[in-house]
Amino acid sequence: MPIVTVRRISQGFFLVLFFWLCLAATVGGQWWQMRGWPINWILGLDPLTAGATMASTGTLYAPLLWSVAALVLTVVLGRIFCGFVCPLGALNQAFGWASQRYRKPADKVLANRPRPARVVKYYLLIFLFACALTGTLLTGIFDPLPLLHRSINLTLAPILDSGSPVLSLKPRHYASAWLLGGVLVSILSLNLVIPRFFCRFVCPLGALFGVLSRFTPWRIGKSTDLCGECTVCEAQCEGACSPSGRIVTGECLMCCNCLHRCPHGRIGFTTAPSAGGETPLPDLSRRGLVLGGAVGLFTGPVLRLGGLTGSNNNPNLIRPPGALDEERFLARCIRCGQCMRACPSNIIQPALTEAGLEGLWTPTINYRLGDSGCQVNCIACGQVCPTAAIRPLTVDEKRGRGDFAAAGPIRQGSALVDRSRCLPWVLDRPCIVCQELCPVSPKAIYTVTTFEAIRDGRGRVMAAADDSLELAGLGPIIAPLAGGDYYLRRSARPDEALRRISGFSGNKIGLVKAPGWNAPPESGEIVDIVVRLQRPHVDASRCIGCGMCEHECPVSGLRAIRVTSENESRSRRGRLIL
Amino acid sequence: MNKFGETQQRVENALTRRDFIKRAAGASVLALSAGALYAGLYDGRGPSPGDTGKVLTGLGDFSVPAASGAGRMAIVRGTDRAAMLDRAVAALGGIESFIAKGDRVLIKVNAAFATPPSLGATTNPELFAAVARMCLAAGAAQVLVTDNPINNPESCFALTGIAEAAASTGARLIIPGEGMFSPLTLPGGKLLVEWPVMAGAFKGVTKLIAVAPVKDHARAGASMILKNFYGLLGGRRNVFHQNIAGIITELSLLAKPTLCVLDGTRVMLTNGPTGGSLSDLKAADTLIVSTDPVAADAAGLELLERSLADVPYIQMADAAGAGHADYKLLNPVRINLGA
Repeated sequence: MPIVTVRRISQGFFLVLFFWLCLAATVGGQWWQMRGWPINWILGLDPLTAGATMASTGTLYAPLLWSVAALVLTVVLGRIFCGFVCPLGALNQAFGWASQRYRKPADKVLANRPRPARVVKYYLLIFLFACALTGTLLTGIFDPLPLLHRSINLTLAPILDSGSPVLSLKPRHYASAWLLGGVLVSILSLNLVIPRFFCRFVCPLGALFGVLSRFTPWRIGKSTDLCGECTVCEAQCEGACSPSGRIVTGECLMCCNCLHRCPHGRIGFTTAPSAGGETPLPDLSRRGLVLGGAVGLFTGPVLRLGGLTGSNNNPNLIRPPGALDEERFLARCIRCGQCMRACPSNIIQPALTEAGLEGLWTPTINYRLGDSGCQVNCIACGQVCPTAAIRPLTVDEKRGRGDFAAAGPIRQGSALVDRSRCLPWVLDRPCIVCQELCPVSPKAIYTVTTFEAIRDGRGRVMAAADDSLELAGLGPIIAPLAGGDYYLRRSARPDEALRRISGFSGNKIGLVKAPGWNAPPESGEIVDIVVRLQRPHVDASRCIGCGMCEHECPVSGLRAIRVTSENESRSRRGRLIL
Repeated sequence: MNKFGETQQRVENALTRRDFIKRAAGASVLALSAGALYAGLYDGRGPSPGDTGKVLTGLGDFSVPAASGAGRMAIVRGTDRAAMLDRAVAALGGIESFIAKGDRVLIKVNAAFATPPSLGATTNPELFAAVARMCLAAGAAQVLVTDNPINNPESCFALTGIAEAAASTGARLIIPGEGMFSPLTLPGGKLLVEWPVMAGAFKGVTKLIAVAPVKDHARAGASMILKNFYGLLGGRRNVFHQNIAGIITELSLLAKPTLCVLDGTRVMLTNGPTGGSLSDLKAADTLIVSTDPVAADAAGLELLERSLADVPYIQMADAAGAGHADYKLLNPVRINLGA
C-alpha cells in the first residue's frame, strides 16, 4: 500500500475519531453519549498543552501524559502528527486540495513555495511559552486541538441541534458563538488562498513539532542531486518545505506526497541527509525570537495590571464549580470548551469580555441561557476538564458532605435579591419562585411575610355580615382577590386579626369565616384590602450560587435575583460574610 | 478608437432577429415569474400581532364512570407502595374498571427535580413502575410517562429513577421537546390564555393517571396531585406564581384524570418542594388513590398536618367543579396493611 494511502487512512481515522469524541461529549442516556468515553484523549496528546502548562504551573496533570506519545513520535520520525493525526490539519489539507485540484501544476508549485511568513509561528511559539512562564496560558487560543474542539463543540454541534435536535434533547445555546464560527470559517477559507495556511504560518503546535524534529534519525530527502527539476513534488507539498531543493526538515508535515509522486523515485525516507541539502528550520532571526520572548514576558504582567484577577474582578464572571482561583485558573485553562459541551444545563459559556482579554473563551456561567441552574448533584465540568483548571470534584466535595462536611459546599457565588425589580418587593405581587426552587436544605432563600395595602383598595363599609362586607369607594381592582393572598384590614383596628378574602364581585367582598370579627364593622368604617407578601431574603451563609433562582425568576429580562461571584469558594478574598 | 469607429463596431455586432426574440422571451418569462411570485405572496394586511395557529381549549376528559358499588377513593396505610396500590385499586373495582384493552395510558409523574428518589421530591419510581405494570397487565397498548421538569429533563428523569423504571416496565418516556407544546386557552380561564401546554404528550392518549408525592410548598401551601399538573405547562410559567391558587384551579380543569395516585408513604414536611435532606421527610405510611384529584389532595393535606384554609386552591378547584374538597363525601375505603 502506498504511504500516501496509509496517510489518508490515518487522517480519516483520526478525523472520524475526533468527531466521534465530540459527539460522545453529548449529555444523554444513549450508548454513544457521555458514558466514560475518552473524550479528552486527543487533547491529552498535545505536547504544547503539556509543555505550556508545565511552564505555567510547574506540574504535569496526569491526562497530559499521553502527549509523551506524540513527543516521542516526533522526535524520532518528524512531524508525523501534522501529516497523519491532526484533525485540523486533515481538514485544512482537504480544503486546500479541493481548491487546488484543477489548477495548473505551475500554479500549484507557486502556491507551495516557501514564504518568509512561515517563521511567524515560531515567534508565536516563543511568545506563548514566555507568557506561560509568567502564568498566563494563551496557547489554547491558537493550538489547533483545543481550537477545533471549541469550534465543533460550540458552533457545529449546536447548529446540528438548533432545529430539531439531533445530538442533544434540546437546542443548545452559546453566547458569542459567532466569533468562534468566524474563526473556524476563516481558518478553513484561508486554504483557498494558500493551502494549509494555518499550518504553515500560525500553528504553534506545528512549530513545536518542527523544533522537536531537530534530531530525527530518519527524514525525507533526495537520494541524488541529479534531479530534473520537474517540481512534481513541489506541486503536492503540504508543508511548502522545498523537497526538490534544500529541504527544510522542520517544515516538512510528513504528507509523503513527494515520496509517492517523484517520477524517478529519487525521494526517500532515510537516515542519509538529503542530496539536495537540508536545513532543520527556516531562517529564524534572533531578533524575532528575542522579541517574541520579550513580548511574551511582558504580556502576562501587563494583562494583570488591570487587577481583574484580584480587586477589580468582574462580579459577573462566575466560574464552574471546582474552578481554581482566577490566577491559577488562567494558568491552566486551554479554552477547549469541553466543560461547555458537557454541562447538562448548558449554562457554561465561552467568555467574550467577562474575563478580560486574558480570559477570552474561558468558561463563565450564564444563568439566563440554558435549562436550569447548576444542578447540585452534577460534577460533569470538572470531570471533563483536561487540565484541571476546573478540579474534578466528587459529589460529596461539591455538596460539602462526608469528608468535606467541615469545608462546606462549593459556592460559585451568591445570589442577591434586587429589591427594585422583585415582584413581592416592588410590585406587591406574591411570587417566591426563587424560594421554591432553592435546592439547598434548609433553603438559602427564606421569606418574611408582610401585608401591604393595595392600590385603590380602601373602602367604606356600607354593610357588614359575618362572612361578607359591602364596600363603597373602591377603585377598579384587577388583583385576584379570591386567590387566598388578599386580606381585609380595619384601619381603626390595625391589631385585630386580618380577615382573608374568599371572593369578590362588584362591591361585595366574601370573607373566610375564621377568625371572625372582634366587633362587627360599623357602617362608614374605613377598611383596606391588603395583600400578603412573602418577601424573599438570601441567607448568604447557605447560598451556594447555583443560580436555580436566577434561572427561574419570572422577571425574565434583568432578573430580580442574580448570582454574582461574591462569596465564591475558589477565591478566599471574595468572601462576603463571616 | 474614435466615435465613428465605435458606431461601426456596434452595427457589425447588431442583434439578429432570432437573438432578439430569444432575449425578449427570456425577459418576459423572468418578469412574469417575478409577477407571479409577487401576486402569490401578496399580503395586503400585514402581520397579525401574534401567532394565529390553532388554539386548544383543554387536554381532555379521561375520567371513567365509577363501576357500580365500587368506591371512588381508597386510603391505604402501609409501607409497601406496590402492595398498597394493589389493594387501593382493587377497592375501587380493580384496574379493569379504569383501563380497557388497547388503551394508551399517559402517566403524569412529578420529575421536577434532578434529585434521587430517597429525597422524596419526585414521584417514587417503584410506585410509578407498579402503576405502569398494572396498566399493561390490564391490556393497555402503550404506557407513556412524562413531565416538563424544572431542571434539565435528561438529568431529572435519570436521577429520579423514572427513566430506568420506564425502561424496565416497557413504558415509553416522553421527554418534552419544543415541538410538543401548543397554545391553549381554557374556556373561562383568566390565566391560561394562549399559553403553551404539553399537548404533544397527549396524542392518541385515552387514559391519564397522575402519580405524585405529598410535599410542602411555601407559596401554594402544598404540592400534590393538582399542583403536579403545573408540569404540563410550558413557557415562562413561573409568572403564574403571582396567583398560584388561581393557576392551580385552572389546571384542575385542564385535564380530568382517570385515576390519581397520591403517595404519602414519605411526605415532605419542610423545605418543599425541593427538599434536599432526609430530615425534611416524615413517614406518613399512606397511599391515596382516587378518581377525584381534588379529594385526593384534600385527604393528602391531613398527612401534611394542614387544613383547607392553608391551601386555598383546593376549595377553589371544588368551586370550579373539578372535584370534592370535602373528600369524606366520597366515603373513602380505608384499608390498613400495617405500617
